[in-house]
Amino acid sequence: MFKKLHEAGASTLTIYIDGEAIKAEPGETVAAVFLRQQNTVCRTTPVDESPRAPFCMMGVCFDCLAVVDGVASTQSCMVPVQQGMRVERQFGRRSVHP
Amino acid sequence: MTRKFDSVVVGAGPAGMSAAIRMSGLGLSVLVVDEQPTPGGQIWRAAEAVAETRIGALLGNEYRAGAEVIARFRSCGAVYEPDSQVWQIEPGWRVFIKRGGQVEAVSADHIVIATGAQERPAPFPGWELPGILTVGAAQILLKTSGQVPSDPVWVAGSGPLPLLYMAQLLRAGGKIAGWLDTSPRNGWRHALPWVGTALLELSEIRKGIGWMREIRRGGVPRFRGVTSLRAHGVGRLQELEFTQLGQGARRVDATVLLSHEGVVPSIHMAQALGCTNRWDAQQACLAPVLDEWGQSTVKGVYVAGDGAGIGGAMVACIRGELVGLGIALHGGKIKPSTSASDAMPLRVQLHKLLRLRPMLDMLYPPRVEISSPSDDTIVCRCEELTAGDIRKACAIGSPGINQIKALTRAGMGPCQGRQCGYTVANIVASAKGQNVSEVGFYRVRPPLKPLTLGELATMSSEEESSKARYL
Repeated sequence: MFKKLHEAGASTLTIYIDGEAIKAEPGETVAAVFLRQQNTVCRTTPVDESPRAPFCMMGVCFDCLAVVDGVASTQSCMVPVQQGMRVERQFGRRSVHP
Repeated sequence: MTRKFDSVVVGAGPAGMSAAIRMSGLGLSVLVVDEQPTPGGQIWRAAEAVAETRIGALLGNEYRAGAEVIARFRSCGAVYEPDSQVWQIEPGWRVFIKRGGQVEAVSADHIVIATGAQERPAPFPGWELPGILTVGAAQILLKTSGQVPSDPVWVAGSGPLPLLYMAQLLRAGGKIAGWLDTSPRNGWRHALPWVGTALLELSEIRKGIGWMREIRRGGVPRFRGVTSLRAHGVGRLQELEFTQLGQGARRVDATVLLSHEGVVPSIHMAQALGCTNRWDAQQACLAPVLDEWGQSTVKGVYVAGDGAGIGGAMVACIRGELVGLGIALHGGKIKPSTSASDAMPLRVQLHKLLRLRPMLDMLYPPRVEISSPSDDTIVCRCEELTAGDIRKACAIGSPGINQIKALTRAGMGPCQGRQCGYTVANIVASAKGQNVSEVGFYRVRPPLKPLTLGELATMSSEEESSKARYL
């Protein structure tokens, strides 16, 4: 849906979305990486389980929630990528049970 | 040990940075907390890293100017803590901050709310589909990721930001499928009385005209007077439907739509602290009631920047400086004569810069449909409630906006009403036959940002040990 204007430079790092290794650049957020994927959906909603993707990119809408390094319902637009970061799409309602 | 500051500033955008620079210069101890990793706010987001790059050049001089303010802020002496969210402020003042999974309470004599603005939620059927983002979101992606839509993009809405973004996107080599211009066709006629004063800010007007020229030269198809916008698709945006004045509905293929209907002050923190907000009819939003130093109706709480009323980055800087002077005055750091004489040139400049606003407000009013969406439009994105759901609840005993919240859960999701507050207020107003200014807003409660129990638990140790000392 979105693409980088420039070729990946030397400073790229790797994050994992649902186990798949994906290139990212320091300074960008996890939500920005989601928007470059074939499937931009980062979660389904707790009520109707309808798909959502990042919407506001500034921490206001809470549509970009995902599981980041084991923490559910993290605002992925507020989290800069880190080498080796593990991200999972989040489906439906959260539970207190692990 | 609880850290103590003369002043805690929430937000490191133009206003927060300017307030901090001014206060530090006057000998106040200042803590600036910001939820982003680098200073600059949304307008100057990532400006330190990007200003001197090719992307900085295509974003324009206004963006690049941020780097200079950020450099002054970095060296002003204020304590700056990024990646930090304020989730509660208690009288006295105790400011609760979370950072890296830990919670800390700091104490302060004065609070500066410099949390800026958000894009006005502009609901239409299908706006929750993946593939639809705000224009602001796309611009943030350009600033922080050097990222543009890969397919020709549709842009819907009105206001200066879509014009600026379209110009920037064209400079970056991006493609625009079409511009669905929702500004009213007679906007110029309403703006006419304000044109004279606005013309005094000729450079600003020239900027806007320049963007328009770039858009025209870029061959962007412009659809004027667009109404009844609707997005269709299964699982993602696939088609857009809209009507133009005097023409039937039309449908076009679409993969990405960027929507924007102006910006509104972020009022959640002021609202939670009990500051009085007034309804600004011209900008169709709430804004805090402030005195000449930016102090709210709650003593010791100041609001600077777009959170005080939309004015843009330069206005935000000046408001930040005025708040800084006000706090120095009230904190006994400077004499009334000094604050008055230092404020004078700032007030003159503020007045000048604000001359443009009434014309912009008249040219780009939020489109009427977003305050009275069709029954099938989702208004609360978190709890997935439609305008029809809210109207049905309104039919039960004519409830107020907080009763609607209790009845339907609208505004109880993670965004805490940041996306549905105004829409629900408008629906309630029309059901009650009231003006929206009479309806008010949701009662806002802590935590202002989501907090895990684990994070909350990190706080107790210190407080418990201090309790133990007294036993």
